Amino acid sequence: MLKISTAPHINSPVTTQSIMRDVIIALCPAILVALLFFGVGALKVIVTSVAACVLFEYLICRYLLKTNNTTTDYSAIITGILLAFNLPSNMPVWMILIGAFVAIGITKMAFGGLGKNIFNPALAGRVFLFISFPVQMTSWPKPQFLNFFNGDVETAATTLGILKHLGKGETPQLPDYWQMFVGNIGGCLGEVSAVALLLGLFYMLYRRIITWHIPFYYISTVFIITGIFWLITNDIRIEPVTQLLSGGLLLGAFFMATDYTTSPMTKKGQIIFAVGCGILTVIIRKYSAYPEGVSFAILIMNAFVPLIDRYTSQKIYGKGDK
Amino acid sequence: MNNKKTFSIGGIHPDKHKISSHIAISDAGLPAEVFIPVKQHIGSPAKILVQKGDKVKVGTLIADADGIISADVHSSVSGEVTKIEDIQSETGYLEQVITIRVEGDEFEPGIDRSPDIVSEISQNAEEIIEIIRGAGIVGMGGAGFPTPVKTTVPEDKKAEILIINGIECEPYLTADDRLMVEKAEQIVIGAKIINKALGIQNAVIAIDENKPQAVEIIRQITKRYVGVNVQVCKTKYPQGGERQLIQALTGKEVPAGKHPIDIGCIVQNVGTVFAVYEAVMKHKPLFERIVTVSGDDILNPSNFRVRIGTPASFLINKAGLKENSVGKVIFGGPMMGRAIVNMDAPVTKTTSGILVLPESEAYKPDETSCIRCGKCVAACPVGLQPYAIARSIRENDLNEAKRLSARECIECGSCAYTCPARIPLLDFCKLAKYEFKKRK
Repeated sequence: MLKISTAPHINSPVTTQSIMRDVIIALCPAILVALLFFGVGALKVIVTSVAACVLFEYLICRYLLKTNNTTTDYSAIITGILLAFNLPSNMPVWMILIGAFVAIGITKMAFGGLGKNIFNPALAGRVFLFISFPVQMTSWPKPQFLNFFNGDVETAATTLGILKHLGKGETPQLPDYWQMFVGNIGGCLGEVSAVALLLGLFYMLYRRIITWHIPFYYISTVFIITGIFWLITNDIRIEPVTQLLSGGLLLGAFFMATDYTTSPMTKKGQIIFAVGCGILTVIIRKYSAYPEGVSFAILIMNAFVPLIDRYTSQKIYGKGDK
Repeated sequence: MNNKKTFSIGGIHPDKHKISSHIAISDAGLPAEVFIPVKQHIGSPAKILVQKGDKVKVGTLIADADGIISADVHSSVSGEVTKIEDIQSETGYLEQVITIRVEGDEFEPGIDRSPDIVSEISQNAEEIIEIIRGAGIVGMGGAGFPTPVKTTVPEDKKAEILIINGIECEPYLTADDRLMVEKAEQIVIGAKIINKALGIQNAVIAIDENKPQAVEIIRQITKRYVGVNVQVCKTKYPQGGERQLIQALTGKEVPAGKHPIDIGCIVQNVGTVFAVYEAVMKHKPLFERIVTVSGDDILNPSNFRVRIGTPASFLINKAGLKENSVGKVIFGGPMMGRAIVNMDAPVTKTTSGILVLPESEAYKPDETSCIRCGKCVAACPVGLQPYAIARSIRENDLNEAKRLSARECIECGSCAYTCPARIPLLDFCKLAKYEFKKRK
């Protein structure tokens, strides 16, 4: 008996699972840096977060929705890693569990699971924790290279934190560019090392998981706006290279703003989205009470994605410009 | 010397699997019976001229074009008409088919079977078009649009360029490639013939860069013929799509709802051009074509010269199977081809290949959730948003599908090929077009 089906009869080797696997590989350099600088604390946070995200998704599929187990697409693992990347290494376990529940249970599964959520799950989890537990979320253990059992005693402010609380005319004690580049600075697990994040970005570009548009336009927007402010005011608090290398900008621009589900479909839409993220990041960093603006900026722009998608169709063959 | 050209929107790069590209064209031989459908083209079925028991020769007219958008059908063998009945053709629909039992191999008188190349075009434009009509030639790249209609320029239009489509962008298929390598001069003369019919002196043979041998041979020959040139194109699917090829070569787009001739373009497949040469110069109606028989489980991937009406099973046996695990048989390429229901489905004027897929590759993968990766949007050569069209059809929102220009879909399948969630996006686009038609 011959099988029949509609065309096409072949498929690209790329599947949802293979894409997710590649993203996990791209996150590995940053995981490694987190372990090197923050020791067992980092390990505890990452393992807890990933395990909790996968478990919540499994339980919700199995007992609440009674559908196929979707954890095999690996997307819950990515959410787990990204949530961990947005937490300090001394985060109490029970708080991580709450964050994972908000990320997977509320932000992702309540909207229908993979592909249907409006907001980036890991970011929503982070922001929920940030608002609920501001003290724990803003005390960052000092990075100690290869000192795995540093005990999380000493804490260090983040670069952006130092800048935010800087009085007029004071000279800040900032880490130099090189330290920021490798990741020897205070901060959340995954955001500290620019070089590790860049390695991940290059891997994703090489594997064609993402295109360069969102990272490029997001970062350029922040760089250009802060650069203009800096040239006009000569204010160290907005010096563009520091802005670029500190806080969650690179992590957000490479791994969160590029999340397929919560970013626009067309190139044009992606550019609007990325520029919007960049503008909001600078506004929040400069004018709000918070030193860091990437999470809020991306979440706010997430909400605009359906609208952006609707009004950014591509040029259609034979129909002239739209 | 030539810059490689390509279309500007979307496109994909599926694995080529051109495993038969170095295999010379060989005769498939004669089956015991042929099944010749009276509708192998777009338009109305041809009217049958023979009855059960009639003796026919190779090249005998057995069905007459019914109206302008139709095509003559000739016998591809000599023998006796044994049946005229409706059978399931390669389309899956019941089609009227003339069955002929093969006896010997006697040709109609007048058909020039010598290998000599004739290059002197003595006929005028009207005569050429009449010969093409009488030979039953239709677009052999797959569409099957009657060629005489395409070579007749409407009075209010003006032909500027004839594009000969030698792209063959479907994986596995090599029939056009081999034809260009082995019948290069005939194709170039065929281009000159169509040029004359159109009243122009501007033909471009577009060949994909993955066919260097064909490019070299045709380029050598075009040096001796004025008005025919070669253009190498970058390998990208669906470069061989009519509208995509026009845009690649001329930079102009065929406006939505219009035809290529509206911007002065005529596109003909190389197989069609070769058939035109044979009809005009060798008095040979269209009763055979080149068919690639391929697939990873085929013992000897081949390019056969096949009489129209030969059953698929005959050709598959001829090429041989490695294992006896035929899962799916496809007429055409793997991207746009049709899975046939019945192993005896006959080769028609538009069958460019027969592809055999093993049982393990015969099933469609399970569909998972759309992750909004945007790959379908990036792949669509029309610039559509297939994911959104699929959603609109799932929600039964035809107006939304219309707003998304689903009508412009060329059904190349790039979206469904590229979808990591394996959503049958093309099916939804086709469904949208079908619903539009029903509503009219």
